[in-house]
Amino acid sequence: MDGDRHDVELDALYRDTVLDHFRSPRGHKTLDRTDVERDGYNPVCGDKITLSVKLSEHGVEDVATQCKGCVISVASASMLAELLPGKSREEALQLAETFKRMMHGSPPPEGCDIGDLDALEGVRNFPVRVKCALLPWMTLIDALKEAETNGRKAGSTTTEEKGTT
Amino acid sequence: MTPVTTVPTRLAAPTGIQQVFARIREDFPILKRSVHGSPLVYLDSAATSQKPVSVIETISDYYRLINANVHRGVYALSVQATDKYEGARAKVARFINAADTAEIIFTRNTTESINLLAQSWGMENLKTGDEILLTEMEHHSNLVPWFLLAQRTGAVVRHLPIRDDGTLDMERWGERFTERTRIVSVTHVSNVLGTINPVEEIVARAHRHGALVAVDSAQGVPHLKVDVQALGADFVAFSAHKMLGPTGVGVLWGRRELLERMPPVLGGGDMIRTVSLTDATWNDLPWKFEAGTPNIADVVGFGAAIDYLEAAGMDRIRRHEVELTTYALERMREIDDLELYGPEDPEGRAGVISFNHRSIHPHDLGTYLDRRGVAIRAGHHCAQPLMERLGQNATARASFYLYNNHADIDALVDGLREAGRFFGRR
Repeated sequence: MDGDRHDVELDALYRDTVLDHFRSPRGHKTLDRTDVERDGYNPVCGDKITLSVKLSEHGVEDVATQCKGCVISVASASMLAELLPGKSREEALQLAETFKRMMHGSPPPEGCDIGDLDALEGVRNFPVRVKCALLPWMTLIDALKEAETNGRKAGSTTTEEKGTT
Repeated sequence: MTPVTTVPTRLAAPTGIQQVFARIREDFPILKRSVHGSPLVYLDSAATSQKPVSVIETISDYYRLINANVHRGVYALSVQATDKYEGARAKVARFINAADTAEIIFTRNTTESINLLAQSWGMENLKTGDEILLTEMEHHSNLVPWFLLAQRTGAVVRHLPIRDDGTLDMERWGERFTERTRIVSVTHVSNVLGTINPVEEIVARAHRHGALVAVDSAQGVPHLKVDVQALGADFVAFSAHKMLGPTGVGVLWGRRELLERMPPVLGGGDMIRTVSLTDATWNDLPWKFEAGTPNIADVVGFGAAIDYLEAAGMDRIRRHEVELTTYALERMREIDDLELYGPEDPEGRAGVISFNHRSIHPHDLGTYLDRRGVAIRAGHHCAQPLMERLGQNATARASFYLYNNHADIDALVDGLREAGRFFGRR
């Protein structure tokens, strides 16, 4: 990139870890069983994610994602797929909540393992892009809530956060 | 692509047109600002245009010196406000060569104009099974008002497909236009592809069978010299804010005999002649459709925008935009990773170029370019059926107007090349 301008905020948005997740999304796989499937849409850009969850007795056994979107949404979905397996339902929802708060400016609580998600911290400086980062997580929250009330189901989510924060 | 054998227009000897347009930039104060430390390169005029100082000052002066309600007072201010407001209507009428000033109805924007048309003409004239013919390249604002109308009347919405080159597939007209088609509503210029549609031909075909034609000219009137009588359409809708005017003002032009027969959609002050406790009679055109206090200051500002466009000359603006589009297409075709949408011939399109990078999502391109001060649009452009046809969730879009220059396009192309290196880094 000799001669190209360097931009600290842009470098912080597109960290190498983020680009790596974008190029090799960890959730691009087929599950041997899908218990809940949910589509998430970003109405601003038309991006779409499909989240498939294999449930275990106490929570999430595995997650697969199909995401056609920007670097931020694909990387965020990939990190989700990496972090979620083995988490209880409560831990998964807690993590989603922590990440949501992180995108709105609050640092994660001390000792909370957020994996590669800290690489997405730079998104906070680009308010328009926060929705991209949150899309997989909003979809996850709805998928887990739906799994609890309705059992196995398919549905859809948008990144409009209905009046929250 | 053909190798570049012609001299880039930028290097050719300056012409009168180029000199004129170099000075034009001075009239747009916003072009002097910087964004993230770089000079602003504004390439989103298809979303909204920037405003010349004459428009900004006209609005400011209106509030400083004239402000009063229109069509009411006997005092000087109200008379002057009314003169300015109705004077702007006369300018609009002259600008599009309407036969009659009363055919110019002020709305909030193109969307409201089309909704007014659908609700007033549509509710009065459509029955179950009647057909509305749209196209595959419409903006949501020329789709959804007709869906609402179809739901209420039982009418059926059909669409004319596009070809791979981004033009309307007129060969399939015969299969989509039927004896039940009552109105054809078509975009004049695609806000995504830039395609200039053959409105005259569509009008000729529709009128032969007694169907009406409405034209969404949100991207047409600002960039092309439009003569509504020569165009032959029955209704034309457009917005002030895409043609150097303020936001909050749109126009519905319609042929007088049609507007006369259409009922008002909004009721209230200014749109009535007489009111009793149980009934009312309607005011004359165009006020029949303009209930309540209108957006007076911005309509007056719109008048100043039209003055500006007329002084610059719509033919010269068109030549300037064709030249910029030619140059931009040439430069963008040099970048291997770009896919460009829309007609290849710059003469067949307006200054709108949608594109995608093979490995960079339009949102990421948009963010990257913004950090260099280059403002482009990224998304579905309120044309999701067209996105589906293109097989894309979203595209990036650069669009030009009279104040853009070759340096703006160079900044875009440099930014796109840098983005390729930035996102391709290992």
